[in-house]
Amino acid sequence: MSGSNEILEEFVQGEYKYGFTSDIDSDILPPGLNEETVRFISAKKGEPEFMLEYRMKAFRYWKEMKEPHWAHLHYPVIDYRKISYYSAPKKPKEIKSLDEVDPELLRTFEKLGISLLEQKRLSGVAVDAVIDSVSVKTTFKESLSKLGIIFCSFSEAVKEHPDLVKKYMGSVVPYTDNYFAALNAAVFSDGSFCYIPKGVRCPMELSTYFRINSAGTGQFERTLIIADEGAYVSYLEGCTAPMRDENQLHAAVVEIVSHADAEVKYSTVQNWYPGDKDGKGGIYNFVTKRGICLGNNAKISWTQVETGSAITWKYPSVILKGDNSVGEFYSIAVTNHMQQADTGTKMTHLGKNTKSTIVSKGIAAGKSNNSYRGLVKVNRGAKNARNFSQCDSLLMGNNCGAHTFPYIEINDKSAQVEHEATTSKIGEDQIFYCNQRGIDTEKAIGLIVNGYCREVLNKLPMEFAVEAQKLLAVSLEGSVG
Amino acid sequence: MNNEVDEMLEIKDLKVSVEGKQILKGLNLTVNKGEVHAIMGPNGSGKSTLASVIAGKEDYTVDGGSITFNGKDMLELSADERAKEGMFLAFQYPVEIPGVSTINFLKTAIAEIRQYRGLPPMEAKDFLKMLKEKQKVVEIEANLTGRSVNEGFSGGEKKRNEIFQMAMLEPSLAILDETDSGLDIDALRIVATGVNKLRTKENAFVVITHYQRLLEYIVPDFVHVLYQGRIVKSGTRELALELEGKGYDWIKKEFAELAV
Ligand SMILES: Nc1ncnc2c1ncn2[C@@H]1O[C@H](COP(=O)(O)OP(=O)(O)OP(=O)(O)O)[C@@H](O)[C@H]1O
Ligand SMILES: [Mg+2]
Repeated sequence: MSGSNEILEEFVQGEYKYGFTSDIDSDILPPGLNEETVRFISAKKGEPEFMLEYRMKAFRYWKEMKEPHWAHLHYPVIDYRKISYYSAPKKPKEIKSLDEVDPELLRTFEKLGISLLEQKRLSGVAVDAVIDSVSVKTTFKESLSKLGIIFCSFSEAVKEHPDLVKKYMGSVVPYTDNYFAALNAAVFSDGSFCYIPKGVRCPMELSTYFRINSAGTGQFERTLIIADEGAYVSYLEGCTAPMRDENQLHAAVVEIVSHADAEVKYSTVQNWYPGDKDGKGGIYNFVTKRGICLGNNAKISWTQVETGSAITWKYPSVILKGDNSVGEFYSIAVTNHMQQADTGTKMTHLGKNTKSTIVSKGIAAGKSNNSYRGLVKVNRGAKNARNFSQCDSLLMGNNCGAHTFPYIEINDKSAQVEHEATTSKIGEDQIFYCNQRGIDTEKAIGLIVNGYCREVLNKLPMEFAVEAQKLLAVSLEGSVG
Repeated sequence: MNNEVDEMLEIKDLKVSVEGKQILKGLNLTVNKGEVHAIMGPNGSGKSTLASVIAGKEDYTVDGGSITFNGKDMLELSADERAKEGMFLAFQYPVEIPGVSTINFLKTAIAEIRQYRGLPPMEAKDFLKMLKEKQKVVEIEANLTGRSVNEGFSGGEKKRNEIFQMAMLEPSLAILDETDSGLDIDALRIVATGVNKLRTKENAFVVITHYQRLLEYIVPDFVHVLYQGRIVKSGTRELALELEGKGYDWIKKEFAELAV
């Protein structure tokens, strides 16, 4: 890992050149993390007092914490004092035309079938055409607000809907939860906020894609989704194209609250820059995602396709508090080259007749490491809790690793917990069979892997599923050869 | 007959080894357009090896000889390119591909083959029409083709699915490796009838089998006996009948010097 150590060094030192300045009008905060930094961020965003207080509490708590190292991951020590915590509005590097963009990146875009316009936006070419999405955003925001749905940036919510934010922020992931959650609470930049009122079914998939301001706010994102009684929403997160957002630490927090009879579906396609073949560069993605089924018959469903990032540390979880509530986790995690992923879920059964389903498909290629880590916990009194877990690993080649760490904690005898796990290798016989029908090896791998992931892909909204399929094939390119 | 025009597959002095063990030891075989060749021979004599090597499986080392198909050197081409050139292998042990429906699988295959040949993509409605037509030819149930490729299929269903795929891909040369084994009597007749319906003057079949029963339905022009990595005897249908009656002992005796 000396390669990424170097890069990280370069990255953190790179920030040094801006020197120290506490001028509130400046766009970049010098590296360093202290109370001053937190105050600066809050002031810069014009936040109300309660938000600053929250940040300060989180910061003081974080200062006393130690970074966790229990995951099956290896990475150099991160010096949090050397990271710059505020750099918005992030001005993209001036690129005048696509000719100046890395051709490899353009090739990937082409394979993903991303429009030229979108290609320009994603690779940071200065174009005005982005306006398109702004108009999309407005029309769409109007029709939502007619239904009482609030969908805006987190910063906006802090100002416009402080009561909702105060009530729910930190109610699912308190800043005391873990190291990265504390750090996020102290210095979060922005994110999304979504509230669906009682009995309302959100008529469209809500997507960060439409939120123009999401592009520059990745580093410490914070998302809060609340579905009031009987409400329904399907939320899509992510970027389906690689951003050359090299060597950054992403420590996001996502909180979901599902009230009685409400349902939230949260789908992610994560494709941050994974670093190059030798493990240079790439994002460190340390995310805390958790939902709570607060009322009876509530449902939360996480679906994720993780193909990017150098390191992924992520466990979207559900607390099943209401009786008869349902938690689901469907995951595909692909690692290639030097990537590392430690991902899974936690299902905590508190209510009666609660049910959880876990389907995890890990695919490891190259020299990568892919771990599933899951906890199914049934508390005393959670009568007739049920869980079904299926964890499959697919290995490509002999230099990668797949690991499964299923933890089960049962404190009620009436619980029924089933765990199935398989590890398989992509068969040369399967590839030859495809070859013999005229399908070349690269396409064959795409086909076989997509087939292997079918169960999870089927859970994604239609357009997302198509993109995810292409993404899987592209991520594994050159993995057999 | 003009050989230059009709010659489809020509294998000359083919020597093949796997893991240091020589399996094919100088094999010769010529198949012309419109012909059906049957290959018989004891277990382990190298029949499936021959089929795999023709199809381009990489585990085998070609130590010598040549394989020419429609005038092209096949040893220069990868397995998928050979398929795109019009070769098809019905596997002795068809492989399962979970999560990929046979329909989707064939759609992908046809798209790839057409692209290689410089043809435009097939229209969805033409594809569906063809699908229905061919399902009828091999009497395969539609629900089978909607399921994942061979996953959970019975032995006989897998074999029938191979023939269905062959029908869909319309190869010029089809090698059937023991497609008859595992089929019940009715299925055998259906599969054979399907093959006969697909026979034209332009295509050819190489049928590997242990049983002369199949050859009652699919009548071969030639029957070859593969023994110890070589074709040691060639003849007509009668040879198959003779083998059925006498077994392989007389062959083994006659060619005892080959068994080293
Ligand atoms: N991949 C391999 N590794 C090692 N030995 C092999 C391999 N493939 C084939 N062989 C050997 O080569 C010989 C020929 O095998 P092959 O499968 O071609 O026989 P066959 O004529 O098709 O037999 P059957 O009638 O039983 O299907 C056998 O001895 C077999 O064990
Ligand atoms: Mg065989």
